[in-house]
Amino acid sequence: MRQSGATTDVAVPSSADVGDFVALMKPRVMSLVLFTALVGLVVAPGAIHPLTAFTALLCIAVGAGASGALNMWYDADIDAAMQRTASRPVPQGRVAPSEALGFGITLAGGSVAVMGVLVNWTAGALLALTIAFYIAVYTMWLKRRTPQNIVIGGAAGALPPVIGWAAVTGSVEIAPAMLFLVIFTWTPAHFWALALVRKEDYERAGVPMLPNVAGDDVTRRQILFYAALTGVIALTPPAFGIGGLFYTVSAAVLGIVLVVAAWRVFALGAGPAGKRAAGRLFGVSIIYLFALFAALLGERVLALAGGVSGWGG
Amino acid sequence: MNQPDDDQREQERRRRARSIAIAVVLGGLVVLFFVMTLVRLGGNVANRPL
Repeated sequence: MRQSGATTDVAVPSSADVGDFVALMKPRVMSLVLFTALVGLVVAPGAIHPLTAFTALLCIAVGAGASGALNMWYDADIDAAMQRTASRPVPQGRVAPSEALGFGITLAGGSVAVMGVLVNWTAGALLALTIAFYIAVYTMWLKRRTPQNIVIGGAAGALPPVIGWAAVTGSVEIAPAMLFLVIFTWTPAHFWALALVRKEDYERAGVPMLPNVAGDDVTRRQILFYAALTGVIALTPPAFGIGGLFYTVSAAVLGIVLVVAAWRVFALGAGPAGKRAAGRLFGVSIIYLFALFAALLGERVLALAGGVSGWGG
Repeated sequence: MNQPDDDQREQERRRRARSIAIAVVLGGLVVLFFVMTLVRLGGNVANRPL
């Protein structure tokens, strides 16, 4: 097992640019987190002042950025060994590990405190839980130890809609938990598709992803299972009061698209075609989640614009 | 020969950029807290003993 590169460093003048600190926050990951949180916030029953909603989303974005920075601090050794991540600011030496650590802790503490004071403490506590889970449970504990790392660690990425919901209602309920489950079951198919493509990278870094530990065949079977499970789970939110007919139809169509992409990975097996299919599934899975939540958002916004408080007319 | 000067200038430019970014963020936080206080107080801002 590779030991973390998290180290202290001698104080030297920082050579980091503002852009390096932006990169520490993993802006692309942040966009999906922010979007799913926005949907959780919009579909929640009740009213929220637009500025309070903006503050909640800002805190979630900054909290996600904090998680990214702390992850890059702890995983600098892994990032340096992987082609995909070698150009990140810490392995490149543009940001010192201690700077990344300080930046991450400041953002984490700040985002949780502002969320608690200006929005509500349920949302603040959930944000703190998300950051702590991502760093302590996923990054520090599971990532280097088990191929189930991204399955369990996926809980952190699945929480943003619940935080968005809590920002409005001040409570945690079963309905947003269904949105949590959608992202939770989606995560393995998404990351294992990437792991199939980047197997050598993970091998070099010593990260025990499923293809490296259990082999490609098992991974392809598991991907198909989780893709099908995601497709089914995505149909359940309307039963809990989230989403109407438009969402249900969209979820069904998108589910078929996701399962077909996963099936292609399974059926094509080893070889360049199979690898291409895995790369395509990775892209399809991102579009799937965006489109699924966009359907929920679109339907809710239309309902609100029409002055209808409930779902489905 | 002027390589160290260039390096130092670049270092200073980056430090200034970081300082400006921190100033903007802190200023933004002040504005956010001020506006959010108004939002939370709402109409109650005038509801106090005179």
